[in-house]
Amino acid sequence: MTAVLSPAGPAGPAAPSAGAVAAGRRARSRRRRTVLGVLVAILLVVVVVTLCVGEKTYSPAQVLQVLLGERVPGATFNVETIRLPRMLTGLLVGLGFGMGGVVFQTMLRNPLASPDIIGVSAGSSAAAVVAITVFGLSGTALSLVAVVCGIGVAAAIYALSWRGGVHGARLVLIGIAVGAMLDSVIAYAMTRAGVYDANEALRWLTGSLNSAFWPGVGPLAIAMAVLLPVLLALSRRLSALQLGDDAASALGVRPDRTRLALVVVAVAVVSVATATTGPIAFVAFLSGPIAHRLVRGTGSLLVPSALVGALLVLVGDLVGQHLLVARFPVGVVTGVLGAPYLLWLLARTNRSGGSL
Amino acid sequence: MTLSTTATPADLAPRRPASARPRRALGLAVCALAVVVAVVCSLAFGSRVVGWSDVVSGVLHPDDSIAQAAVASRVPRTLLGLLVGAALGLAGSVMQGLTRNPLADPALLGVSSGASLFVVLGMAWVGLTTLTQHIWVAFLGAAVASLLVYAIGSMGREGATPLKLALAGAATSAALLSAVSMVLLTRTDVLDTFRFWQVGSIGRASYSDIGQVVPFLVVGAVLAVGCARGMDAIALGDEVATGLGQRVGLVRAVGGVAAVLLCGASVAIAGPIGFVGLVVPHLARAFTGPSHRWLLPYAAALGAALLLAADVVGRVVARPQEVEVGIVTAVLGAPVFIAIIRRQKVREL
Repeated sequence: MTAVLSPAGPAGPAAPSAGAVAAGRRARSRRRRTVLGVLVAILLVVVVVTLCVGEKTYSPAQVLQVLLGERVPGATFNVETIRLPRMLTGLLVGLGFGMGGVVFQTMLRNPLASPDIIGVSAGSSAAAVVAITVFGLSGTALSLVAVVCGIGVAAAIYALSWRGGVHGARLVLIGIAVGAMLDSVIAYAMTRAGVYDANEALRWLTGSLNSAFWPGVGPLAIAMAVLLPVLLALSRRLSALQLGDDAASALGVRPDRTRLALVVVAVAVVSVATATTGPIAFVAFLSGPIAHRLVRGTGSLLVPSALVGALLVLVGDLVGQHLLVARFPVGVVTGVLGAPYLLWLLARTNRSGGSL
Repeated sequence: MTLSTTATPADLAPRRPASARPRRALGLAVCALAVVVAVVCSLAFGSRVVGWSDVVSGVLHPDDSIAQAAVASRVPRTLLGLLVGAALGLAGSVMQGLTRNPLADPALLGVSSGASLFVVLGMAWVGLTTLTQHIWVAFLGAAVASLLVYAIGSMGREGATPLKLALAGAATSAALLSAVSMVLLTRTDVLDTFRFWQVGSIGRASYSDIGQVVPFLVVGAVLAVGCARGMDAIALGDEVATGLGQRVGLVRAVGGVAAVLLCGASVAIAGPIGFVGLVVPHLARAFTGPSHRWLLPYAAALGAALLLAADVVGRVVARPQEVEVGIVTAVLGAPVFIAIIRRQKVREL
């Protein structure tokens, strides 16, 4: 897919003239617009397919009728009560994971430093598993506990890596340590639960849209509608941070304050998404690098990455529900897709030392 | 209790190179004493409270009373704790020495998740049920994963920096564990067995299981000691080591085999136990300095004492239930890891 979309590359002379630079910039921004347009179009198609396909398949016209409020026997229940909230949850959560993940990767200048690997999601996960297995919580209470603990653990990681400023490498390593500790809390909670609860907790840990119904969509939509624009507003400062702390200060961006703001909002986004569906494996991690390869430019990756995240979740859920031998939660599909890509990316980044 | 005993040598034997040898020997004796105290505690304290007379006769010639049977059941557990602790301490020292990396640890570097994946696949596809059968697949998985992580982490110009290795380990773990959960979601029966293996515990082993892994541990320990001198040279940098007449590649290969044997065998029999291999070498280095010929025996002794102490803590805090030792070491070890990172300069990460 990347190969099809990519142009021959900026084949400039050794010392490009001003005209060549301007032409290159125009080409890149044209490419960016094209990629965004294509992503939105694919996302729309996937949304329609998600609403149409299921145990019983309806035509897009029937789905449209339902959406416009007409009562179609059978279709109204299936589409409006089951598929629509599931689709909306997947869409919103995917947008959140995609954008939250790429903020971390860009800020820490390392594609591996996504929230699910450096222990930021582990706080939500551990809290939720304990809540499921020990206290038997579900629904809104479970989400609240997961959000609060996720933010709390991320704050602890940030505070522990503070030594006259937060350095990326230290943040990553401390995140890994905290994640390892929380993983053993999860393992302990799993041994103390009945096997039914353990299975439920495992399903949650993998990430699944099975509990996506209307009551959960509203709060999720409100949270994303508030948080995602804030991240977008911060994206210029994020780009300045990429130049290094000194250059960012020279451009009038305070590095530590910006980093704190970015961490707080991105963690909130990831925690809300995690609390709704569980940490859908590797979506936060994969979206940024995929978006980067599609866009190729120097512009902000926040929007493309969010779109890629939503696509990953929706397509993963479609595949998990309909194309496999058994019904798998979406996290299994993204995990199986993500794991080999992760290893490849790991090898490649280490060899070239590149950032994203 | 035991922990405070292991900490006392810090006061007795501060690092002083001039008179290092007698002090190091004395320190080693103190470490041995710590091990003895840990063994006694491990036999005496547990979920069931027993009297000292029951402890003595329970070890020597147990009769049918519940108290003495409880003590007798603690004997293989203590033996296994000694072996696994020493193995993890040695493995951690070797990994840190070979990679010149203060953050190397078997569990953090994805070794145990490799073992986890293989154990799950073995249970689900081949139908393995007994601990003895798990040992072999876990061993294989540990070896594969550690080679993979090291290969990925050491690519590129700067070699295996702490950050790269740790990220490679965390990322590989994430990848392997997502495969694990895919299997587990379809097989509730496997989940029911696996979740108990996954926490890391020394409470389930029998003498015959211990007998199975002892040969691996012995060979691993001998190989580790054999490349002690080589690791001292590697600490000075690969070029200097070559100049000193060490065959760096050979030392790395032998040491790598030793580390895989030691941590593979201990993961296989006890499940993933994190942070012991990380913390112990740092603790030991505070007494011995960088010389591996001293570091390795210290690390073995301290590892054994630490693991048994953690196990005793886990048995006592949650009476009448137990907290598995893998959880205790993670909760105690992660803060130490964080302290080590906070002490390092950023450039060294």
